[in-house]
Amino acid sequence: MDGNIAEMGKFIGAGLACLGMLGAAIGVGNIFGSFLQGALRNPGAAQQQFGNLIFGFAVTEALGIFSLLIALLLLFVV
Amino acid sequence: MADATNPIEQFQIKPIVDFSIAGYDLSFTNSSYFMVAAVLLIVTLLSVATGKRALVPGRAQSVAELTYEFVAGMIRSTAGPDGLRFFPLVFTLFAFVLMSNMLGMMHYFPAPGLKGFTTTSHLIVTIGLAAIVMSVVVGYGVYKNGFGFLKLFVPSGVPAAVLPFVVLIEVISFLSRPISLSVRLFANMLAGHILLKVFAGFIVMLGAAGGAWAALGILPFFMVVAITALEFLVAFLQAYVFAILTCIYLSDALHPGH
Repeated sequence: MDGNIAEMGKFIGAGLACLGMLGAAIGVGNIFGSFLQGALRNPGAAQQQFGNLIFGFAVTEALGIFSLLIALLLLFVV
Repeated sequence: MADATNPIEQFQIKPIVDFSIAGYDLSFTNSSYFMVAAVLLIVTLLSVATGKRALVPGRAQSVAELTYEFVAGMIRSTAGPDGLRFFPLVFTLFAFVLMSNMLGMMHYFPAPGLKGFTTTSHLIVTIGLAAIVMSVVVGYGVYKNGFGFLKLFVPSGVPAAVLPFVVLIEVISFLSRPISLSVRLFANMLAGHILLKVFAGFIVMLGAAGGAWAALGILPFFMVVAITALEFLVAFLQAYVFAILTCIYLSDALHPGH
């Protein structure tokens, strides 16, 4: 095996950074799950909440995207 | 890594016409080519669709009218009826991002080298778009409300003891908006296209291994088909998200007290 220790740290760091997406995954699943729960109880009100659904999804997803960005920065920029 | 299997090779910017002024590289690149192509396609499609102005719309005119109503409805529901003055901005952003994302999904395109390219998979492009949005929000917010725009950072009905922290959090969340707005679009397109290329690379590798391995290549092939469908959904969804977040930020400029 060759390569230096900084290279190794980069890959380990990138892998660890991807763990941050775990939280975003739980959050996004929670949002869509809760939306379906509410929508099935009151289908009439579901249509107007679509914008809120997408907004919540976008805001939550951004945090997962940030950790992906750290991983990409470690792999390709640092 | 060879070009064929390198997943980030597809994002390379290559100059088509070399051009520079006083040391600044202003070449016409494949990125510029696809931006021009997106704008020309939008203008052509919309002007052909609305050229006839029939009372009973045909197929093309219905598409244009549906898109118009879609964006107008989005603004009305998030920023209120007075948000409609920003309709041209939001519609332009939505159309440009959607068309760029969709052009990026085409692997072959009548461009130099016949290679597809996603302009929105570059951070500088999405930061440019986000900077336009945030300049309009801050500029119009200050122009319309004056110092009242600062009420945005002071939510009503918060106990005085925690108010400094709430203000701090509101300021940080406002400052992170241009970052999250641009990085979300960029990272979604980048990650999706890398994913497609990695799975496509599996097919090639299994095919090259030969024998029983080559037969297994059908599995990543189906995966690529499924991911391509998902990416078309993401391409639309991210354009929608970009537009609706623009509306929400503009509604802050219109009604800062919340």
